[in-house]
Amino acid sequence: MADMTSPAPAASAQNGHPLVSVRGLTKEFRTGHVTVPALCGVDLDVRAGEVALFMGPSGSGKTTLLSILGCILSPTSGSLRIKGREAAGLPEKELAVLRLAHFGFIFQNYNLFRTLTAAENIQVALDLKGIRGQEAQDRVTAALEAVGLADKARMRPEDLSGGQKQRVAIARALAGEPEIILADEPTAALDSENGRLVIGLLRQLALERGRGVVIVTHDPRILEFADRTVSIEDGRITQGGVPA
Amino acid sequence: MTNRIALRNLLHDRIRLAVTLTGVVFAVVLIAVQGGLFVGFTTATSCVIDNTAADVWVASRGVRNFDVTHPLRERKYHQVLSVPGVARAEKFIVQFANWKKPSGGMESVEVVGFDLQSGLGKPWAMAQGSIEALAVRDTVIIDELYLQKLGITAIGQSAEISERRARVVGLTRGIRSFTTSPYVFTSFQNALNFTHLKPDQLTYVLILAEPGVDPKKLRAAIAAQVSDVDVFTREEFAQKTQWYWMFTTGAGMALVIAAGLGLVVGGVVVAQTLYATTMDHLPEFGTLRAMGAKNGYLYRIIMAQAVAAAVVGYVPGIALSHLLVHLAEAGGASILLTWKMSVGLFFLTVVMCVAAAFVSINRVTRIDPAMVFKGA
Ligand SMILES: Nc1ncnc2c1ncn2[C@@H]1O[C@H](COP(=O)(O)OP(=O)(O)OP(=O)(O)O)[C@@H](O)[C@H]1O
Ligand SMILES: [Mg+2]
Repeated sequence: MADMTSPAPAASAQNGHPLVSVRGLTKEFRTGHVTVPALCGVDLDVRAGEVALFMGPSGSGKTTLLSILGCILSPTSGSLRIKGREAAGLPEKELAVLRLAHFGFIFQNYNLFRTLTAAENIQVALDLKGIRGQEAQDRVTAALEAVGLADKARMRPEDLSGGQKQRVAIARALAGEPEIILADEPTAALDSENGRLVIGLLRQLALERGRGVVIVTHDPRILEFADRTVSIEDGRITQGGVPA
Repeated sequence: MTNRIALRNLLHDRIRLAVTLTGVVFAVVLIAVQGGLFVGFTTATSCVIDNTAADVWVASRGVRNFDVTHPLRERKYHQVLSVPGVARAEKFIVQFANWKKPSGGMESVEVVGFDLQSGLGKPWAMAQGSIEALAVRDTVIIDELYLQKLGITAIGQSAEISERRARVVGLTRGIRSFTTSPYVFTSFQNALNFTHLKPDQLTYVLILAEPGVDPKKLRAAIAAQVSDVDVFTREEFAQKTQWYWMFTTGAGMALVIAAGLGLVVGGVVVAQTLYATTMDHLPEFGTLRAMGAKNGYLYRIIMAQAVAAAVVGYVPGIALSHLLVHLAEAGGASILLTWKMSVGLFFLTVVMCVAAAFVSINRVTRIDPAMVFKGA
C-alpha cells in the first residue's frame, strides 16, 4: 500500500495551496422522488506534479467526483477550492471561467470535433483562451510534436486510430497550458499497448510541466504510472484522499 | 475559428445542407415574386396619377379609387378655376367602355380623355405615332402590350368603342393597366363621344398650382370653396387608389399572405435543419462547454451557420427570382423587382435564418456540460 501513496516528485514549485482541495464534499442526485447519494463526505487534495488515479467499482462516484473537481458539476455541500479559492456554489458562468483557466479534460470517447482536423481540434482549445494567429500555430505544432503526431496534423479524427485520437485529445488538453488535467477512463476504448502508451505520454508531459493529473480508471495495467491511488467505494474515499 | 466550425458543420451533412438551401431559395423566390407582384400591382394601380403633372385632383364626393367614380358637372370645373392659387385646371375623363375588335369580339377598356392643349394626363411613354394625332376625331392611343388583346396589329387600324369608330394613331410602351381593361388614351372631346358622358360632364379636374403654392394648402382651399367634391394632392390620390385595390379588394392581401407564407415556411425549414445540425453536433457543443467556452462562443457558431445558409441560399434564390420575373414580364405580368427590393430581401433572408437559429440557440443554452462524462 505504501508504495501507492508515495509522495509526489515535486516537479514544480508549489505555493502552498494544493491545486484542488475538497473537504466534506457531498453530492446527491435527485430524480423525481428518489435521491441518490453519489458522494458522502469526501476529503481530497490534488497537487501539482503528481498523477493520481481514482479507482473503484462501477457506480462508486468516480466520475461524479472528477466532474466536481473540474467545476463541471456543483457539489450539494462541502468545500471546493481551486488554488485556494472557494468555488462551491459559484454560478455556471464563473465555473466556466475557472474551467477554461485551470483545467484540461480528456474523455473516454476522445470528444474530438469530427469535422475538424487534428490541428484544428487543438486550435479550438487555444481559440477559447483567446490565443490566435502565429502563436496558436506554433503551439499547435508543438503540441502535435509532443504527442508524436506532427505528420497527422491535417487528418480528421475518423482517419486516426483510437490511440492517435486520444493523443490528439491529450495535445488539446495540454496546449492551453492548464494546471490540472482531468481524465475519465482515457484508456477504456484502447487496447492495452495503446493504453500504456497514452498514459505514459500523459504522465510524462504533465510532470515535465508540473501539472496535476487525475485519471479515473478501471485499468490495473496503468497503476504503474500513478504517484498516488485514491480508492473510492460507495461515494467515500477509502484510501489515499488526504495524507494523514 | 467559430466560422470554420460553423462551415464544417454545415458541409458535414450535404443532404441536410441541400434541404436548408432549398428552404432559403424557396423563401427568397416566393417572397421576391409575390412581393414583386404586390409592388408591381401597387405601382400599376396609380400609374396614371403618378405620371400626370397635376398637383391636385378633384373628384366627385365619395370617390374610392382612380378607376371607378361618378362624373362631375362642368359647373364644378368653373368653381375650381376661380380658387386663388390655381394656375391651371383641366378636365379629365376616366371611364370604362366596350372595345369591339376589328375581327369582332368585345373587350373592356378604360378610356382616358385628357386636354390636348395642356397635355395634363397625357400618355407618358410613346413608342410610335404622336400625341398630337389625337386632335383628329375618333382617334386613340393604346399600349403595345395589349395589341393582341385589342385585336390590333399595327398603327392606323380601327376598332369600335361604344359603337363608334376608334382609329389607333399611336402606341405607348409599358403602360400597364392594373384592371384587366387596358387604358385607351384619347382627347377629352373624343372621350366624351366614346363614353356617353353628357357634354357638361367630366370625371376629374386636374390642377396645376401657381408657383410657390403648396399643393396641400391649395387642396384645402378648394375643398373649402367647392361643395360636393373630394380633393386630393397627387400623392394622396395615388395612395388612396393603391390602398383601395391592394387591401379593400383582397388582391393585395393574398399576395402579402403568400409572401408571408414563404417567409414562414422558409424559416421553419431552416430552423428545422439548423436544429438537426445542432443536435448532431451536440456532444461537440457539450465538449466546448466543458472546456469552458462561454455561451457566446456557441452562439457565434450557430449564428455563423445561419448567416452562411442565408447568404449561400440567397444568391441562387434571387437569381432565380429575377429569371422568373423576366419570364413573367414577357408573359405580360407586371412584377416589379428592383435592386432596392433585392437588397432588402437579402437582409430579410438573413433575419429569417438568424431567427430560425434561435431554436438551436435555445437548445445549446440548456446543455449540461456534465454530459461529456456520460459516455456521450
Ligand atoms: N445525472 C445523474 N442523475 C442521477 N444519478 C446519477 C447521475 N450521475 C450519476 N448518478 C449516480 O451517482 C452514482 C455515481 O455515479 P458515477 O457516474 O460517478 O459512478 P462511476 O464511479 O463513475 O461509475 P463507472 O465506473 O460505471 O463510470 C451512481 O449511483 C449513479 O447512478
Ligand atoms: Mg464513470
